Amino acid sequence: MNELISTDRSIPFMRYRLPAMVLSIILVLASITSLAVNKLNWGLDFTGGTVIELGYQQNADLGQIRSVLEQNGFNSAVVQNFGSQRDVLIRLDSIEGVKAQELGDQVVAMMRANSSETIDLRRSEFVSASVGAELAEQGGLALLTALICILIYIAIRFEWRLALGAVGALAHDVIITLGLFSVLQLEFDLTVLAALLAVIGYSINDTVVVCDRIRENFLKFRKYSSEEVIDGAITNTMSRTVITSLTTILVLLALFFMGGQLIHGFATALLFGVFIGTYSSIFVASSLAFMLGISREDLLPPEIDKEGEDLEPLP
Amino acid sequence: MLNKFPLWKNLLVIVVIAVAALYALPNLYGEDYAVQVSATRTTSIDNTTLGQVEQALQAAQIVPKSVVIEGDQVLVRVANDTDQLQARDTLMKALGNQYVVALNLAAATPDWLASIGAEPLKLGLDLRGGVHFLMEVDMAEAVRKIQDQLRDSVRSELREQRIRYTAVNRDGNDVIISLRSADDFSAAESFLNNRYPGYDEINDSDANTIRLRMTETKLRETQDYAISQNVTILRNRVNELGVAEPLVQRQGAERIVVQLPGVQDTARAKEILGATATLEFRLLDSDNSVIEAERGRVPFGSELFPNRNGGNALLKEDVILTGDHIVNATAGFDEYQRPQVSISLDGAGGDKMSLATRDNVGKPMATLFIEYKATGERDANGKLVFEPLSEVINVATINSRLGSNFRITGISSQQEAQNLALLLRAGALIAPIQIVEERTIGPSLGQENIDMGMQAIVWGFVLVLVFMVVYYRKFGLVANAALAANLVLIIGIMSMIPGATLTLPGMAGIVLTVGMAVDANVLIFERIREEIKAKRSPQQAIHHGYDSALSTIADANITTLIAAIILFAVGTGPIKGFAVTLAIGIITSMFTAIVGTRAIINAIWGGKRIDKLSV
Repeated sequence: MNELISTDRSIPFMRYRLPAMVLSIILVLASITSLAVNKLNWGLDFTGGTVIELGYQQNADLGQIRSVLEQNGFNSAVVQNFGSQRDVLIRLDSIEGVKAQELGDQVVAMMRANSSETIDLRRSEFVSASVGAELAEQGGLALLTALICILIYIAIRFEWRLALGAVGALAHDVIITLGLFSVLQLEFDLTVLAALLAVIGYSINDTVVVCDRIRENFLKFRKYSSEEVIDGAITNTMSRTVITSLTTILVLLALFFMGGQLIHGFATALLFGVFIGTYSSIFVASSLAFMLGISREDLLPPEIDKEGEDLEPLP
Repeated sequence: MLNKFPLWKNLLVIVVIAVAALYALPNLYGEDYAVQVSATRTTSIDNTTLGQVEQALQAAQIVPKSVVIEGDQVLVRVANDTDQLQARDTLMKALGNQYVVALNLAAATPDWLASIGAEPLKLGLDLRGGVHFLMEVDMAEAVRKIQDQLRDSVRSELREQRIRYTAVNRDGNDVIISLRSADDFSAAESFLNNRYPGYDEINDSDANTIRLRMTETKLRETQDYAISQNVTILRNRVNELGVAEPLVQRQGAERIVVQLPGVQDTARAKEILGATATLEFRLLDSDNSVIEAERGRVPFGSELFPNRNGGNALLKEDVILTGDHIVNATAGFDEYQRPQVSISLDGAGGDKMSLATRDNVGKPMATLFIEYKATGERDANGKLVFEPLSEVINVATINSRLGSNFRITGISSQQEAQNLALLLRAGALIAPIQIVEERTIGPSLGQENIDMGMQAIVWGFVLVLVFMVVYYRKFGLVANAALAANLVLIIGIMSMIPGATLTLPGMAGIVLTVGMAVDANVLIFERIREEIKAKRSPQQAIHHGYDSALSTIADANITTLIAAIILFAVGTGPIKGFAVTLAIGIITSMFTAIVGTRAIINAIWGGKRIDKLSV
């Protein structure tokens, strides 16, 4: 048998819960600070505006494109390469005197008129500010709903301490991933939001596996302390956790390197999210449940009253 | 006996995978270049059309792969894209503007597969290229128009009843009728009582006024009507554009989604879709002076409008006819070779026109063209503010009593006549619309997205396959078989669901599923290893491994499914595609990883004496 991790002896994870907690708290606080100070680099989907991607035959001259835009009064335009030297991304906010939904067409026409080569319109997107605000609201709502639904499911299926631990771990993953996007100023668009929800899905998957084992071991080993049981459960599931993370990270690397520019943000969010999710399902979820004082009694199946049991026997 | 599947379970696995494979099969056949011919409102597709198409192609020496009637269109399949373009131009010339000729890609699914309803996956706009519009309908305007109609009919009915009023006016969403005397008030009160369904009357005998207030139900009906009328009209306009497989669909209370695959010229598409125009025919007020009106003394019952050719025109407030009665409009030339538009009206429109022009022969009638343009501002409720731009485009003398067919002359250019005819033909919108979101993907990027998505899937798949074989050896091979079956299941099921489309995030969802699908097998195999370490016999280990992993797998997947469902509920377009593939992937992976692998493992190792497991 090939083994990545030896699971013969229990690893004392709970002993490291304090340093792990400190690390997590620092990361979460840092993320929140960065979100407050740097904010997120909101993509077009949420801010509204216009984005145009043009494909040139040869390497595009960004300076010339900028000056053409400026000559025509489009001073606020952001021009950059996208993916390759020949692809150009132009991002515009609304401009006075031009109907927002016609902005894109105007710029394309302008670029074509000012260039001798044929320019391929690869992509153009226009989102009005109100739709953007709605999408952002819906997105936030989706994240919250997902967290609450999962909280309810685990509370019913397991126990409220484990549920809180699991959802705490999820919130931890989401906040730190958002923090990464804020610190690196990566663009946060709809696909990244989708990735965040997928991270929630993935991380909860991981956490549930650990929780399941904690419950099972509590019922199986009566004599051990809570700490020993939790350590044992995490050790038991350790190789599974690592292997699944590994296969997932493998496919995400394929997506990151092969999937193209449009999927880049998505792949980045997931890669980081899976990484942090794996860490949190080992250290955060169970530590939280442990600190909330989970014990064997909490996980015993509820006793079912037999019908007529409470009645006095008939004389 | 331990680890033996009953026959029905093995059959179930085989049948499920076979059916999915069958429905996934059309995706391997690719697509033919095709040209589709569909009818406009005035024509229909029959064998004559088919004959015409065949003849035209023959005359142009284009050899099609096939020419058939499919549904309500003629589909011409050709060998390559050069033939496709040539065929389109030929057919456009041969059939004239009575038919819509559009380029398309038709699935090359063999007949026996098509006959069981197997079709290739539909690709989202981000993969095949095209335009996506989200449009918002101006509801306030829809309500205003209905109220205007009510006002006009109240006025004429009161006149007919000889009930004297001082004013009938619109006030917000209400119509207020002020009556001359108490007698008129009581006559009006009994006459109007329950006369207009959908309105409540609020009578004020002190002020001699009656207020007609729209009920909530009527308001909702009006809004529903405005949306569905817009959807219908947009469909017609989209047909004018000659797009294959367009989508026009209501979304929510006041929005409409329009998707036009393959359309590149978005400027033109927007011009035609976005330009809301209404036409009104009104009598010219020639009794009063335009100059007086321009000074601000507009006579009661008249309105002042700018004239396209300069100056202003004074028109009666009463509308003879609105554009929604227009059935058809075509551009052409009159006997002096000047551009004109011929208009046909529906029955009710013809009656109205006939009635209104009967007593007015020799008097001038004006054509008022009203375009709604968004000012870009929003009111307190966040609704777009639209501004009507009315313009008198034509004043013509009524030469005779008009009926259902008449023409507008005096249009400045042929291009103008064509544009006007196009807009009129597509009908007039009861409420103006505004584009609030637009996404265009060029064909080159679409193809690139497909290629990259496929590459990512293949690479991800191969990496996982290699890892599983190295780590779990023979059991890894079994898991790999399950993974392959899982891919077939996802594609088969996606092809079976009519509304499902594959998008770029959807492809990412498949890649992610590949990575996560092995999780169930990893859980099971790790359990089996534990059982072996605990010195159980191999058969016992397999049995207990599967049993104890089951509830974990179920819990873990249900929570992920919750996330996917929420994603589907709130997501739009491509994100929905991701949610769909993720959800389908979760369900199919549970089937293949639990039932599928067990069937193989039972068949190979089950019920035998074995000393060692290759796990």
